[in-house]
Order: sequence, then structure tokens, then C-alpha cells
Amino acid sequence: MMASSYNAKEEDGHHSGASSGTGVSKNKKPDNTAFKQQRLPAWQPILTAGSVLPAFFVIGLIFIPIGIGLYVTSNNIKEFEIDYTGVSSDSPCYNCAKNFTWNTTEPCVCTVNFTLHQPFESNVFMYYGLSNFYQNHRRYVKSRDDRQLNGDLSALTDPSKECEPYRKSGDVSIAPCGAIANSLFNDTLVLYYVDSNNSISEIPLVKKGIAWWTDKHVKFRNPAGNSNLTLAFKDTAKPVNWAKPVYELDPSDPENNGFINEDFIVWMRTAALPTFRKLYRIIQKKSGATPTLPNGNYMLNITYNYPVLSFDGRKRMILSTISWMGGKNPFLGIAYITVGSICFFLGVVLLIIHHKYDNRNTSADIPS
Amino acid sequence: MARHSEEDAGMAKAPPAARQRKKKPKENKTRTVHANILHDCAKGEENPNRHYANNKIKTTKYTVLSFLPKNLFEQFHRFANVYFVFIALLNFVPVVNAFQPELALAPVVFILSVTAIKDLWEDYRRHRSDKEINHMDCLVYSRAERRYVEKYWKEVRVGDFIRLRCNELLPADVLLLSSSDPDRLCHIETATLDGETNLKQRQVVRSFYDLDCEFDPLKYNSIIECEKPNNDLNRFRGYIIHRSGRRDALYKENLLLRGCTIRNTEEAVGIVIYAGHETKAMLNNNGPRYKRSKLERQMNVDVFWCVIILLVMCLFAAVGHGLWMFQYGDNRPVFDVLSPEGTNLSPIMSAIYLFLTMIIVFQVLIPISLFVSIEIVKICQVYFIHQDMDLYDEETDSHLQCRALNITEDLGQMQYIFSDKTGTLTENKMVFRRCTVAGVEYSHDANARRLAMYQEMDSEEEECMSHGGTLPRRDSVTSHQSARVVLRSQSTKSHRRTGSRAEAKRASILSKHTAFSSPMEKDITPDPKLLDKVNDCSSQMDFMRFHSQPISQLPSDLSDIIDFFIALTICNTVVVSSPNQPRHKVRMRFELKSPVKTIEDFIKRFTPSRLTSGSNSSSSSSLITNRSSNKGCSSLLSSPSAESTLTKLHEEQPSGGLEQDFSPIPPSYDGKASWNLEEGELRYEAESPDEAALVYAARAYKCSLVGRLPDQVIVELPHLGKLSFELLHTLGFDSTRKRMSVVVRHPLTDQITVYTKGADSVIMDLIKPPDTGNSKGKRQKKIVCRTQHYLNLYAADGLRTLCIAKKILSKEEYACWLQRHLAAETAIQGREELLFESALRLETNLHLLGATGIEDRLQDGVPETIASLRKAGLQIWVLTGDKQETAVNIAYACKLLDPEEELLTLNADSQEACALLLEESLHYIQAKFLCSPSGPTTKTFNTNFSPFDIYSSSSPSSQSTPFLVHRLGLVIDGRTLAYALDKSLEDKFLAVARSCRSVLCCRSTPLQKSMVVKLVRNKLKVMTLAIGDGANDVSMIQVADVGVGISGQEGMQAVMASDFALPRFRYLQKLLLVHGHWCYSRLANMILYFFYKNAMFVALIFWYQFYCGFSGSAMIDQWYLIFFNLMFSAFPQLITGTLDKDVSAETLQQLPQLYVNGQNSEEYKPYMFWMNMIDAFYQSLVCFFIPYFAYADSDVDLFTWGTPITTLALFTILLHLGTETKTWRQTDYTASQHANTSTSPQSSDMLLINC
Repeated sequence: MMASSYNAKEEDGHHSGASSGTGVSKNKKPDNTAFKQQRLPAWQPILTAGSVLPAFFVIGLIFIPIGIGLYVTSNNIKEFEIDYTGVSSDSPCYNCAKNFTWNTTEPCVCTVNFTLHQPFESNVFMYYGLSNFYQNHRRYVKSRDDRQLNGDLSALTDPSKECEPYRKSGDVSIAPCGAIANSLFNDTLVLYYVDSNNSISEIPLVKKGIAWWTDKHVKFRNPAGNSNLTLAFKDTAKPVNWAKPVYELDPSDPENNGFINEDFIVWMRTAALPTFRKLYRIIQKKSGATPTLPNGNYMLNITYNYPVLSFDGRKRMILSTISWMGGKNPFLGIAYITVGSICFFLGVVLLIIHHKYDNRNTSADIPS
Repeated sequence: MARHSEEDAGMAKAPPAARQRKKKPKENKTRTVHANILHDCAKGEENPNRHYANNKIKTTKYTVLSFLPKNLFEQFHRFANVYFVFIALLNFVPVVNAFQPELALAPVVFILSVTAIKDLWEDYRRHRSDKEINHMDCLVYSRAERRYVEKYWKEVRVGDFIRLRCNELLPADVLLLSSSDPDRLCHIETATLDGETNLKQRQVVRSFYDLDCEFDPLKYNSIIECEKPNNDLNRFRGYIIHRSGRRDALYKENLLLRGCTIRNTEEAVGIVIYAGHETKAMLNNNGPRYKRSKLERQMNVDVFWCVIILLVMCLFAAVGHGLWMFQYGDNRPVFDVLSPEGTNLSPIMSAIYLFLTMIIVFQVLIPISLFVSIEIVKICQVYFIHQDMDLYDEETDSHLQCRALNITEDLGQMQYIFSDKTGTLTENKMVFRRCTVAGVEYSHDANARRLAMYQEMDSEEEECMSHGGTLPRRDSVTSHQSARVVLRSQSTKSHRRTGSRAEAKRASILSKHTAFSSPMEKDITPDPKLLDKVNDCSSQMDFMRFHSQPISQLPSDLSDIIDFFIALTICNTVVVSSPNQPRHKVRMRFELKSPVKTIEDFIKRFTPSRLTSGSNSSSSSSLITNRSSNKGCSSLLSSPSAESTLTKLHEEQPSGGLEQDFSPIPPSYDGKASWNLEEGELRYEAESPDEAALVYAARAYKCSLVGRLPDQVIVELPHLGKLSFELLHTLGFDSTRKRMSVVVRHPLTDQITVYTKGADSVIMDLIKPPDTGNSKGKRQKKIVCRTQHYLNLYAADGLRTLCIAKKILSKEEYACWLQRHLAAETAIQGREELLFESALRLETNLHLLGATGIEDRLQDGVPETIASLRKAGLQIWVLTGDKQETAVNIAYACKLLDPEEELLTLNADSQEACALLLEESLHYIQAKFLCSPSGPTTKTFNTNFSPFDIYSSSSPSSQSTPFLVHRLGLVIDGRTLAYALDKSLEDKFLAVARSCRSVLCCRSTPLQKSMVVKLVRNKLKVMTLAIGDGANDVSMIQVADVGVGISGQEGMQAVMASDFALPRFRYLQKLLLVHGHWCYSRLANMILYFFYKNAMFVALIFWYQFYCGFSGSAMIDQWYLIFFNLMFSAFPQLITGTLDKDVSAETLQQLPQLYVNGQNSEEYKPYMFWMNMIDAFYQSLVCFFIPYFAYADSDVDLFTWGTPITTLALFTILLHLGTETKTWRQTDYTASQHANTSTSPQSSDMLLINC
């Protein structure tokens, strides 16, 4: 049967071949291919109790351990946070906060004491945190010139229009231009450990390695052609709110000065949310078994330069250790546990429903 | 003649005006054509034809220069494009500054350029085909060379003389001035123009009628005045003014239309009247139509809602921003940047600016790629429909054609089908089924069995075609879509062997233009009883002839039989052609014994028959030399010399009587085999399929038509051999008389015999009332009685009935009639009426011979298709021009009406009666079905038709009103329909009609058909589909939401007007149930998904506004934002939109109920848009807030945080598509993967949480 039909086909082929040779109209018959006839192999998933119920349980069983893991990890992270804005009158920085504006030239210094009840192991990261600071404001985010920051000489003297109105100060172009740079966070935080015998020792704060490597080495560059930064920036003005020009950001280390100053780079990476923290310093782990920050009393010395009260902002200092999943945040763990539990619960409920009301006849009706 | 003079009289008023107009040719109402060769020397300026379009055609829309502005202008007609350009331009306003302006332009430019490239490509294709056509060759007379030279078509100009040869395409509209045909005829095939397959005759202009020597263009010095170019193919008026001042009227019979093919005529010469774009073919060439589908209309409403949502969101954000600004008062925070000008913006001003910014940021909500995507998907859908093997018809080698590209999804939403009957439900292939001769019925059982067999097996290999030695294959002209002509070489092809029947069938269909002759129609198995009688009869006649006995001594039943078949054979206008050259008439003139004498004789007698108005007597091109020698060039006008004819009639027939008319070849039984072979090769070209069917039927009884000349018909009879019937007169068929007659001189009896064939109702009235006195009269009465009985039976079987009758005239009677007839023909006024009366005078007192039943077979699968469409909840109405009985019978045959069903028949004579009838039926319906729901009819309805029940209860249109669909059939005739369609009654009519399960409108005019469709469409607010095959269905097809044409036998007008063209009715089932369903559900899902997708994406940004002081900031990079629609999410759903199948084709066909889904728009209801919006907002909430909490109070920066959100959203969107997709295919995976890799997959763990 098969063979004969095949033969017939072949003959047909011969015929059409012969006829095409004599210029006869060609057959318009569509090709019988799976694609053209819309018969591509396909999988049509049909949800049945047999496939849905196990899926619920599997999701539940996978998610709950993940959630627990994340939660435990997050809880193991030690974090300490202190607000030094100085809103209330009993705050040590109250005076500074009250009097300070952008125009003040005299630095105001205040000291905050705090106690760590638990020792911080391994590397400790020191952040400054700002609240209510809309670094993600549309015009603010755009107010920068990446070409200038990348050391482009033409952009140095003629910054992009995006920087307006922080583009030029008088006739001289501002370097770095734009609102982001202009509002650079310029408080200086120094941390002291107060011994049990009240001797104060300064904790070494590492200021390098806080910025992204790509930012530091690729995105940000000092103007080329001149090793002397002062000369390189000679035709530019400092941003309006800055106390000192960009080439004096860190006079002690030429690798951390100018545009490639890491504090500056960190600031330039605008935060996503109005409450954010930015890495300020790293406290390196000490060799041996001694914790990086042993429990005890500490003293935070603040050079208060950054006014936030005008827009109801807050400033914080945060000390935190990190784990593989980053900083302390129990949310992910809780979310995983919740979703997993819900899935598991639903699975159980559906299983009960399935067993109680299972009607073979109706399920057989569904064509599969 | 009369019309001619009338025309002249009409034109006589024109000349003074015409002369004035000549000075301002542009304002002329007429066109004046001079011969170009007279003005060859005066190049350009003085040529009077210079204002007319030349023959170069240009169908392209654009030129190189005009392309850009023109195309852009056209594209901006679409509102969406204007909107997107507006948004893109908004980016250039500095205060608003949303995105990089150049970047924002990219999507719009992309969309515009894609469309532009598509247009450009289409235009280029048109350009190519124009070029090809423009460069075809034709022969144009050149004065310089004094001969016809080859020129390109585009060089042909109005006023040129063109020589046309057989099988050539006409390059322009040409006035026929000379033809090599002895009758000055030229045959054209108009298949490319209107698809009609029969040959049309065109006549040489009367003044050149008798110019028998070669037409010499140099001698031509007449001027032609004719009407301005118009697109009416069936009208041409004008006149030709000769140097002598004589005028001759021109009719459409003189005009050869561009795109037609010359057939049967060796050579013709004509003058170009209209060229290029002014030809009727080009003026008729309309582009594809643009319709908007229901789905698209619905979608546009939702696009509008999207705009509203967008504005609300923008307004919300603007207000929020204003408040946010306000709370800081004068004390501006460092992060609130001043405007570029350094001025301090007030909260209100910045809110207004922000509003504009937000429009840009949220622009994704209005899906820019939606329109493009829909178009792409529709093109793919059309491609797949086109490729479907099940919609391909092997016999005609044609597929379904989608002529409207943008309403595929409407196919899935049809509610009412309006169908034509003939050619749509039936094949329009007439097959001889049975006959009754002299009161005896011959049932042709074998024939019936054979027909049944054809129905059963279709493509299996079967018996070889008996006479399939050589089968012609002609390139059928396929480009029906436009009237554009394509040169095709005619080739004949011989089959070495005819293998499969299907192939043979196809081959015969390929050559179907030659005749209505599928093997089914040609092979007729004769009824053995009748065959015996025919043989018996003819052998007796042979015997009598041999013994010189008068034929009239034959028993009357036998003579009736032989007369019956002679009538079938000659009472028609069938042209005989040989298959080797399908379009060439057989040039076999039956040589009589004394040729010279006879020819002279014929020439004299020839005139009356040829002048018969409207008769389509065919001719042969033989004996050219003889004729021209006889006629000579001198005679310009031939006036029919009635006298000579009459005198001739009184002359005694030359000696020899019978013998002279007999074939020189003695009939021999031995020669039968060869005779058969030759016979088999003859093909018949008929103007109507009925005629061909009858001739083939007669051939089955060995009475075959061998040749037809204007003045004689050659018939081959068994035993008697070839007989030549002298054709004295033909009274052509017309629809008022409903009959045709031929007057011949019977070669055996030498009597003047009238054979009449016509509708039973007419012929029966014309039968000579039998004289009841003698036995012969009694017998006659019995015959009439019985025939009537059988006729009723035939009609009940759905057969088309024809009565055959004859009448013998004495020479005196004929002479008398002829005299008056000739007077009628030459009458000046009221010629038509006089001719009609004259015909009436002849066709009286007929002697009934018998009747035939011809079956117009139902197309394959029609009852099944109707049943399954009906199960799918479609209401089927049949609108036909046929008479009530036939229509009802066919309706029963195709299961449209059910015998168990009650039939409401509405036949009213007046408006009032109609109103009353409608009122009554309404009451009847209410009484019967509404008040007694437990009545027996309803019960059967419930049990037998449960699927139907589902429909009637779930359909919203039925639900909204108390009307349910009952087991009732409504039959209404054309006159009553006219009353019912009146404004005052239409509501009642609809109320009655919609409660009937099937509606049958008989005797309806094309206009009525379209009015019915319009009424139902507008009043019931339903989706309507009209299907038909003939020109009378065109208006209906155009009015309906979806018009379907059957590319059948009746030409291409219906197809040209349609949105979809099907080869067969039964394909409608798959087209609607499967493709319609798929297209609808795919597109509906895709559109909803588009809205969902964009809303989901935009909502992410909207939530973010709460955390960025409503400043219009976005955590998503502008590249993502702008190209989201175009690059990142468009592809997967395009694949889904083209390939997804919610239900398999088999299931859809088995369960037509699933179609209800589309009818009720269940895939896309208005609330679904909002459900999708809510879903989108919910999903975006999840996608936004999980990262928000996960990264709360961390050192994450804007884009490090935004990118995971984007990724997450994209994954969710794809996952959503995945759940929406019903069937998974390899391509879907690939598409999704493509989309996934486009974004950086950062936090995949979040995805898991999201589910």
C-alpha cells in the first residue's frame, strides 16, 4: 500500500518535470511541509491536578530553605547606625546643624559617642547615609558631563549643556560641572575607639577601594597631558558649593585626587532611592583573632559641612559587616519563606480539594 | 438597422456642439480620434490625438523624487504616527528634556522607514511589471514603411492602426476595422478582464463590413467620435464619420478591449481608441480595498483608553511634583536643579513642564509597534491561509486568495452568512441527468450511478480517459487580481499517458476555458432503452432513405425521438472546436455535391440569418477565397435582399432531393471506429453550460454536432452519417421569452422545421392544443400530460428542466413569417418589440417532443459544510435569483431546509398583503414557539439540535431579544422582499427572519441582495459574510463585512470585489472554523498582550515616581525605555501571534461549536482590557517593590537597581506570554531566549520570588 502510493507520487513528479520542460503552467499546490501547514511539533501544556499539585509542593520545598538561608545570613550581619544630623537640641551636632549653611566657610566640628555591644568581625564598612535626599531627581541625575569627568580636554573648558546652571561660574567653566558634583557630600568622619581606660585611639580608615573599579579606572580620569593637577585644572573654577577646588580633594595622594578621588566617584554614582547610604571608608580586618571593631565605646568626630535640615534631610553614619549577599536585609529571606509557605499551603489545600471532590468522569472529559 | 438609425438621430444633435468643442479638446464630452498616419509628418503639435494618453502604463504611486514626501504624507494619515512624531519632537524642547532627542526619534523613524520600505518594494514590483507590459510587442502600421512594424506596447498611440493575430493580447482598446473572418467577426476571450470563459464576438465596424479585400490603412480617412474613457466594460458609443459625410454608429460590439486575447481569428486590424490608462481595463483596475476589522475597531477604543490612562498618570505625576516642590517652599534643596536658564521655577510651572516630560517617559504605554506588529502578524496569517493544502483545489489548481490583507480575524467572528446559490452552492456545471421523450421517461440510471461515482472518488486513480489521447493544456491566465495582462505563450501539450483521473481532470480543467466540459459533463452513459430506440429509428430511416420512401412514414414515437436529439444537437449556439487548438473552430465545411450552386444559394440565403439581432450565430473562417471572390471589394453596404431570399424559397429544390443532401461518404458500420475517434476529439464551446450539457448528451446517443457554420449545421447521426441542416434562422435566447428557436431545412424531409427549446412553463403554453378527435390527438394529449408529470418530478429532484418542441412550417407559412420578420428587423422604431412579436408568431402551435432534466450538481461537501457552519452558530441565508421551486429544492438538497422543518412562504402582491403576512407569521411564531415551549417542535429541536441550542442561548444577539432561532424555514420571493425591505416593514421582516433557522430569498435582484445584507448588518449589528460567484453577487459582497468570492465558472467579477476568493464553497468551513478562529484568537490575544506588556512596563516607572519626587526620573535606561517595544519584547509575541494554536485544526472542525467563542468576541471583551490593565499594574507592583525592599537603604545606585527591575519585568512579561501561549514550539523558546539575552540577567533569584 505504502509502496504503491509512493510510486504514484514519483510518477507525478516525472510528469510535472516533463511538463515544466515544455513550459506548461506550474502547479500552485502548496508544499506539504510541517511549517506551512502549521503542523510544527508543539507541546500543549494542559494543567491537571497531577502536574499542578507537585509543582506547588516543589516550589514550597525549594523556597522555604532558600528563605531560611537568606534570613539567617542576613541576621548574622552586624550593623550599627547612628544619626548625627542634630535635629534635637540634645544632639551634639545641634549647633552645627542649626547654624550651618552652604555659605559658611568655618568648619563646624562635633563629636558623637556611641557604644558597640557586639564585636564586628572581618572587614567593617563605614557608610554615610542620607535620608530624604532626592539624588534620583530627574534634572539632578542628568546634571553632569561624563566627557568632562573622563578627562576630555574640550569638555573641561566647555562642559555640556546638561550641566546648566552649574556649567560656568562667570566666564570660567566649572570642573566638575553639574548639580551632582556641586552637592558633593563633604562631611569628614573620623572614628576613635575609647578604651576601657579612656585612652582614645584613632581607628585607621581606608579610603581607597570604595569606588567601583571601572569607575575609577575607566569612567573617571583626570585631564590628560599634565601630571600637575593644579595646572591641568587651571582654567576652571571650582563648583559653587565647594570650599576647595577639585585638585585639592586629597592632596596627600595624587592617585586619589582630582576626578579620580574615590569619595567624589562614589558620590557621582547617584543613588536610586531618596534614602540611601554610600560607602565612606573601609576598616580593614586586623590580623590575628582580634575583632576589627571590638565591643566598647567609640567616638565619632564629625566635621560638619553638609547642611540637610533645609529639606528635612537626615545624616547617618553606618558601620556594617557584609556577607555573600551584601548588607543586612532580612526582606529577601522573609519573602522567600512567605512565598514558599503560601505555595506549600495552597498545595495542601488543593490536594485536599482534589481528593475530596475528585470526579473521574469530569476530568476524563477534558480532551488532552 | 433600427438601432443604428436611432443612434444617428441621437448623434445628429451633437455636431455643431462638437465642432465647437474641438477647439478646446480638454473640455470635450466626446473624444475625436483621427488616424495617426495622416498626421505622421506633423509631429506633435498638429496631431489631433496628442492630448490623449499614450499606451504607456504606470501603476506606480511614486517617482524617485516624490517618494519621500508622498509616502510620509500618506503615513501621517494614520493618527498614531502623528502622535509618535509629536512625542519625538517634544524631546527637542529643552525644558521638557526627557531623552536624548536623537534617540527618541529612532523608533518613529524605524517604524516609518519599515512601512516606507514596504511601500517602496511594492511600488518597485509594480514598476517591474509595468515595464514588462510596456515592452511587449505588437504590430503597428507605419506610414513610412507602408507596412506593419513591430513596436512596443508603450509606443502605441491613439489613432494607430494595429494588426492583431490569433492568440495575441490586445495592447489597447481597439476599434475593429477589419477581420480575416468571412463574417467580419473577431472572437475575443475576456478571461483576464472579467474571467468569463466563453468567447465573445466582436464585429467589424459596419462601414468596413463588406470591405473584403485587405484593409488598407492608407485609404482610411474617417474620423471617429466616441465617448470619453470610462470604466464600463459593457458600453461603448460613438460614431464614425467618413469622408463622404456618412456616419455610422459604433457599439460595444465593435470594440476590442485591452487585455483580451484574440481567438479564432487569423488576423484583425483596428484603430486604437483608448490607450494606456484610459483603456477600460485599466480604469477598472482598482487596488485592494481597505477594511477595518471589528477587532481593530475594538482595539482602537482601547488605544483611546490607553491615552486616557496615560494622561491620568501624567496628571497625577504633575500634581505630585507640584506638591513636592511646594513643600520645600522657597528653600530649594541642593538636588532640585534650577532650570537651564537658571531661573527658579514655580511649583506650578514645573508641574506643567513635568506633565510634558511624563508624556514622553510614559510613551511606551501607547504601543508604537502595535500597528506594525499587527500588520506583520496579519501578513503571516494570510501567508499561512494561503499555504493551507486543504484550501487548495487540485482541479482548478487554485488556492484561496486573500485579497484584503487586514481582516483575517473577522473570519473568526462571523454571525450571518449570505450565500448565492448557483455556482456557489452548486457547481454551475450542468450535467444531463434524465429526459422524457414522447411521454416516455428514460431515467438514465447508469448515468446517475456514474455521477454518484464521480462524487465518491475524487483523486484516486481510476479508469483512463477513453478519449484522452491528446489533452490540451493551455496556460490558464492566473492573474485575476488585477486586470493586468501577462503575455502567455499558448502551448499544446500531449499527455503520453493519462495516469490518474485527478490529473486528467485537472488537465481538462486547465483547458476549461475552451468549454464547459469536465469529463463528468462529457461522458454520459446513455439509457439502454433509449439508445436502442435511437438505433432502431435511425436504421429505419436509413432503410427508408435507401428505398426512397418518404421519411414521414416513420412511426411518430420514433420520429419524435430522432427529432428530439436533432433538436438537442442543433438548437443552440454551440461552437465546435478541436482540442489541439482549443480556440480554433473546426474548419470542416461539409462539401455538398454541387458546390458552386449551393454556395450561391447560400450566399443569398445567408443574409437573413446573419442579420438576426442578438443571435450569436457562429461562423467559420473557411472559404475565404470563395467569399471574397463573390463579394468583391466594391460593395460597401450590403442591404439584405429579402426578395431574393423569398424567390429562392419558391424555387424548387434542385433535383435529386434527398440524396443530394447526403454525405458523399456512404455511412458504413466499419467506419464507425474511426468516426468515434475523430468524434472524441471535438470540443464544444457553449455560451451557457446547459447548452453544452445537452449537446454532450445527444452525442452520447451518437447524434453529434460536427460542425457549425453560419448557414448550416452538420450533424452526424447513427447509420445516417453526416447530415447538413440548412440553418435558415436563429432566434436567440432571451430572458423574457425564455426560449430559443432555430429554423432549419430538414435534409431528410426537406421540410422547414422550427426547433424550440425553452423553460417548461413557457413551452407548455405554446404547445398546439391537441385535437381530441382522433387517436393521434389523444396520444398527443397524453404525452403532454405525462411530460408535465415528469417535469414536476424533475423539478422536485432539483433538476433544471427544459422542454423541447418542434414545428413544421410549410414554405408559404415560412415565407409569410419571414417577410414580416425582415420587416421587423429593418424597422426603424420599436425594433426590439417587433422582433419579439415576430418571434412569438413563429413559436406557436408547437409539437412537444420531450423534456430534459439537467442537474446543476451541488458542490462537494456543501450539505456537510452548511451543517457544520450552522452548528458553529452561523445563520445561513441563501439569496438567489432562481425561481422559488428550484431554490427550495436545492435548499432541501443541501440540507439548508430540513423536511421536518416547517416552511413559511411569503408571497405577497402588495405592500399591505406583505405587511399582513409578516404580521401573521410573527403571531404564528410567537404562538407556536414562545407560548408553548414544551411543544413537540421545540422538543425535537432540543434533542436533535443540542449544539444549536447552545448557540441560541449563549449568543448575545439572541439573548437581548425574545427571539430565538426556531426550526422554521422562511422562503420569500423577490417581489415580496421588495415590500418587506421597505422602511415600514423591515423591522417586522427582520423579526420574522431572525427567528427562522434558514432564510431563502428567491428571485432577488443584486440590489435586493445587498439591501438584505445591509439591513441585517446595520439593524442586528452582526458580522456578515457574503459569498457568491457571479456578477450579480458583487454588490452583496461589497456590502458585507467580509466578502467571499467563488472563483468559479461565472467569471471573476465576484472575486475582484471580494476580500477572499475560494475555489469551492466547502472550503468556507475550514476558512471560518479553523483559520478564522485561529486568526481571531491569535490576534485578540496578541493585542491584549500588547496592552498588558506596555502597561506593565510603564507602571514600573510610575511607581518609581513616588520615590523620586515625581520628577519624571526613570530607573530604566533610556535605551531600554525607547526600544522596549521595538527590540526587547516584540519578537516573541510576533511568533506567538502567528503560530499559536489554542485548539488544533481537527478539533475545531469536529466541534464547530468552538466558533461561538469568536462570534461572541470572547477572547477580547471590553472588560478584558481592564483586567489586563489591572493584571499589569499588579505584576508591576510586585516587580517594583520586591527589588525596592530588597535594596532599601543600601548603597545601590540608580541603574544598578533599575536594571534588575527591567530584567525582572521582562522575565515576567515573557513568562506571562508563556502562560498565554497555548502551544509551545521550538521557535517560541528561541524567541524568548533572544529577548532574555538582550538584557543583562542579573538577579534571577528575584524571578523565582515573583512567581
